[in-house]
Amino acid sequence: MALRLAREGGHPKPKADHSHSPLAIRGLTVSYGEKPAIFSVDMTVEPGAMTAIIGPNGAGKSTLLKAALGVVKPLSGSVSCWGAPLAKMRARIAYMPQRASVDWDFPTRVIDVVLMGMQRELGLLRRVRTTHLERAMSCLSRVGMEGFADRQIGQLSGGQQQRVFLARALAQEADLYLLDEPFAGVDAATEKTIIAVLKDLKAKGMTVVAVHHDLSTVGDYFDRVFLINTHKVAEGPVGTSFTEETLQAAYGGRLANLPKGAVG
Amino acid sequence: MLWEALFLQLGYNATLVTIGAALLGMAAGATGVFLFLGKRALVSDAISHATLPGVGLAFIVMVALGGDGRALLGLLLGSALSAGLGLLCVSWLTRATRLGEDAAIGAVLSVFFGFGIVLLTVIQSMTAGRQAGLESFLLGSTAGMLWNDAVIIALGGAVVLALVVLLRRPMAAVAFDPEYVAASGGDVRRIELAMMGLAMAITVVGLKVVGLILIVALLIIPAVAARFWSERVGHVVLIAGAIGGASGWVGAAVSATAPNLPTGPIIVLVGFGLFLGSLLLAPGRGILAAALRHRRFQRRVHLRQGLLALAQGQPIYERLTLRLMRAAGHVRADGVATEAGRAQAARALQDERRWHLLRSDPRHEAAAARYDGLTPLERVLTPDQIAELDRELKPEGIA
Repeated sequence: MALRLAREGGHPKPKADHSHSPLAIRGLTVSYGEKPAIFSVDMTVEPGAMTAIIGPNGAGKSTLLKAALGVVKPLSGSVSCWGAPLAKMRARIAYMPQRASVDWDFPTRVIDVVLMGMQRELGLLRRVRTTHLERAMSCLSRVGMEGFADRQIGQLSGGQQQRVFLARALAQEADLYLLDEPFAGVDAATEKTIIAVLKDLKAKGMTVVAVHHDLSTVGDYFDRVFLINTHKVAEGPVGTSFTEETLQAAYGGRLANLPKGAVG
Repeated sequence: MLWEALFLQLGYNATLVTIGAALLGMAAGATGVFLFLGKRALVSDAISHATLPGVGLAFIVMVALGGDGRALLGLLLGSALSAGLGLLCVSWLTRATRLGEDAAIGAVLSVFFGFGIVLLTVIQSMTAGRQAGLESFLLGSTAGMLWNDAVIIALGGAVVLALVVLLRRPMAAVAFDPEYVAASGGDVRRIELAMMGLAMAITVVGLKVVGLILIVALLIIPAVAARFWSERVGHVVLIAGAIGGASGWVGAAVSATAPNLPTGPIIVLVGFGLFLGSLLLAPGRGILAAALRHRRFQRRVHLRQGLLALAQGQPIYERLTLRLMRAAGHVRADGVATEAGRAQAARALQDERRWHLLRSDPRHEAAAARYDGLTPLERVLTPDQIAELDRELKPEGIA
């Protein structure tokens, strides 16, 4: 009920109330057809931390993110951001989807993709000004892609495309970053760049939540884990919640070869 | 006569019709880009065929009410209603059943069109003589068009064009990455609906000029032609608008000089000519440019291979390679290497060795990514960096 009271009326750029979690999910259930993809999931994201969402294939990791953002409609449950409804806090949340979902032959350059991250500010009619372009370029240089601004997006390698999408998320200048498999199928250089950018965001006090599938890097990259297999399995700091028991519970027998030293 | 038509010298009516067709073409070209990029091109075909029952029913209603069955505004209103119904059917079938959009389009298109043809036949037997002109909605005709009709078409085209300009950013974003738009709080369904609404408006406004069978071509041909010219969506929209506008203008002018020809096919053929020109001649994506580029690349590869073979004392068998080496003065007519050729070959081999070293060293990852077997290292690294590389190269360079 306290969540409801925190509502602010008609303020164009809502202030984030930092006494609340940037993302609090209660009883969220999503179903494609009649098989629930996630079932009655609760999640409370720790502000200023990096959280990994972990679970086997088909466990509902991406669905959880998409439902949290309203991309898929949940059957039940609620989502609040900094104690306010999601719709009010959109401007403070950035999202990076999985790479495979766009048309790579689309007539758009790298810089145009980054500018899409500012669409909310640009609205329908405002012109793209030098300041917007400069900001987009600085986002590109943070991911080491400033030399590619004029390339058509399909001319890049997979890792480079991934970095451009991260730059688009950065251009939103958000406080909460939700990333769907940012490290999937990228080269080592890209992985290094992306994790450096994410750690930099954390150092600036932002909150990062990422779907992650490489169990061997969880301890190095993240502070907290959220284990899911349709139901929530565990949630908490890596040290206490990323254990053999919780992994066993999330993956069942499917986790034959747990990487050595992954669990600590 | 054709020149006079093209330069608007055939009187008020013909002039307004030409301007109206040009505006319609511009609006259709610009709208079509978003349909094409969003892979929804065929939805507009369903929309256009779904207009026919509306035309027939509107005629019957207007005659029954004692009015003129051919009043354009009434016919367009009827066609808009039935096209809207067809659009809803397609969208409902795709959402609520397991049918794919292609199947839904096929079903709606044929059922509505069939019903429309039945209505036209009924009208023909009912009020013989007064229905003249209804069949022009199939293929379009500007002959004998009234001043009011031309004004409706010109205004309709201008309004749609303005709306496309207004909505270009959200429509482009949805066509590129709908999931991201949804995740940023955009209403994807509403934007898609707006896009479909614009396509429907184009179809309805264009019925009289282009006809319902070919309107899909006016939406799609300018877009695919424009795609050859640019990698930026804003430019593609502008170019598609220009191509559509030119098609409408020229088509209407030709039609004014040959009133027996249906207008729609003429407009579409003009558009096709512009498409063909784009396909062949556009720099970058055009096929001539691509063929030239490929040939130039092939020659560079052959020349490089020839030089490397020369440097390593291997024989050259390929005739193209030999010919290029001779033309460049690297070998004489009898196949013996010239002084300059030897020097060039040594340089190529040196370059190759430097690249080899560079690519095996993880510190040079960024530079190594630019390796294509052709670019000389001098264009990637500074002389200082190359000198440093050569210091490492020395021991194995001699061996």
